[in-house]
Amino acid sequence: MSDTALLRTENVRKTYGDKVVLRDIDLVVQPHDVVCLIGSSGSGKSTLLRCLDLLEDIDDGSIWFEGQEISDPRVDARAVRRRMGVVFQAYNLFPHLSVLENLTLAPRKVHGVDSTAAEARARELLESFGLADKADEHPDRLSGGQQQRVAMARAIATDPALLLLDEVTAALDPELTGEVLEIMRHLAGEGTTMVLATHEMSFARDVATKVCFLHDGAILEQGTPAEIFESPREERTRQFLRRVLPT
Amino acid sequence: MATLATVVVLGVLAVVVVTSPGWPRVKATFFDWSHARAAFPAVWKGFGKNVASFLIAEPLILLIGVLVAVVRSTTSAALFPLRLIAVVYTDLFRGVPTLLVVLLCGLGLPALELQGVPTDTFWLGTFALVLSYGAYVAEVFRAGIDSIHPSQVASATALGLSNGQAMRHVVLPQATRRVVPPLLNDFISLQKDTALLSSIFVFEAVFTAQDYGLYNFNYTPFVVVAVLFVALTVPLARFTDWLGRRMMRRERAGAR
Repeated sequence: MSDTALLRTENVRKTYGDKVVLRDIDLVVQPHDVVCLIGSSGSGKSTLLRCLDLLEDIDDGSIWFEGQEISDPRVDARAVRRRMGVVFQAYNLFPHLSVLENLTLAPRKVHGVDSTAAEARARELLESFGLADKADEHPDRLSGGQQQRVAMARAIATDPALLLLDEVTAALDPELTGEVLEIMRHLAGEGTTMVLATHEMSFARDVATKVCFLHDGAILEQGTPAEIFESPREERTRQFLRRVLPT
Repeated sequence: MATLATVVVLGVLAVVVVTSPGWPRVKATFFDWSHARAAFPAVWKGFGKNVASFLIAEPLILLIGVLVAVVRSTTSAALFPLRLIAVVYTDLFRGVPTLLVVLLCGLGLPALELQGVPTDTFWLGTFALVLSYGAYVAEVFRAGIDSIHPSQVASATALGLSNGQAMRHVVLPQATRRVVPPLLNDFISLQKDTALLSSIFVFEAVFTAQDYGLYNFNYTPFVVVAVLFVALTVPLARFTDWLGRRMMRRERAGAR
């Protein structure tokens, strides 16, 4: 593909048995985009992210990433995942490793970075995420917000071209949500390309370059935050926004 | 109160035993100090073989246990033959009584007259223990591997780790920690089962004691061996309890 898009999906379809969980997904992500996927639980946001990272196989359609069709079964999924970072709702840190080791595992074992360089980079990231003093702690000694910030640092420690965030604040207290959103704003400000499933409408409104409203496995409507939040075209989008936006 | 209760219960038990009609004969046959002293050097030497067998078998059992458990948790089609072997191995050796494995290895393997198979029944018996306990320990490890939440593997996969790397760096270290108490329990059992080598005429503690008994019509050495085994297993048993309690405290402490 000759266009400049970092990621492009065409007619992506995903089913679990008889249940269609994603249909006709057409999504284009340009470098430095922050794409927010919004919609009710079960609308397919998380599944879409998992398909993009090839953690799930798609049933139809195609996904292009950095000019390569990654939905082709012959593609080495590990090579693709090396170029993407994922942060999960439940952090999924490795409890038997220290914070520092959580950050250096993939750089050392997957990217062949020597351990001195990997540690230096990890400490630098922890520093900028306000976690410098937590490097040698184990994850279970940290608060939820701190753990999620470590998970973010771990995902970007390998310098991915694309960061996928799956409702990363959904498991946190409102108080702790703020510190994680702060990091996400910071990353967006640095030009990190992100696709995120989120319920944080104010974050989507302020930071997103594009907002996609998913309903029943389809992207019902997509556009700039202004288009989606101020003048939604679809009745379903209006209904959803009425429910989630403070009046 | 606890002390008093213990003293009363033990006292009653002791009185029942000591006043039983056969007690004088039992005392003479099983609790004769002079026989204990006479048999001790040989029994102690034999006990060295029990300990040696245990120490040699244990690391091999761990190795086989981990290997078999990891093979069984693979999913790739190419590894199906290996998985099949692993399943047949665990099913077979968990099913056959350890005593039979020892007898079959000790008496059957040399009969094959194969080059390089040792004829010393100590090694054959130890090999049998490795086979039998390897199957148990493989199942313990497999349970540990299965207990690790799939989100840990998803996380490792998302970071670009291969299945093997995820197993090696993420799943196995966590699984091993969880199975330490049941593993130690199996090893306590293994220490005792080294006595099964007596069935293939290895001069370990039990066989030595039996030998002494048959010549001298006195079974005090059996009691001596029992005391030695208890002295060996109790510290490990207490350590296992302590470890189990510590892990439970950690899990229940929530945040910790």
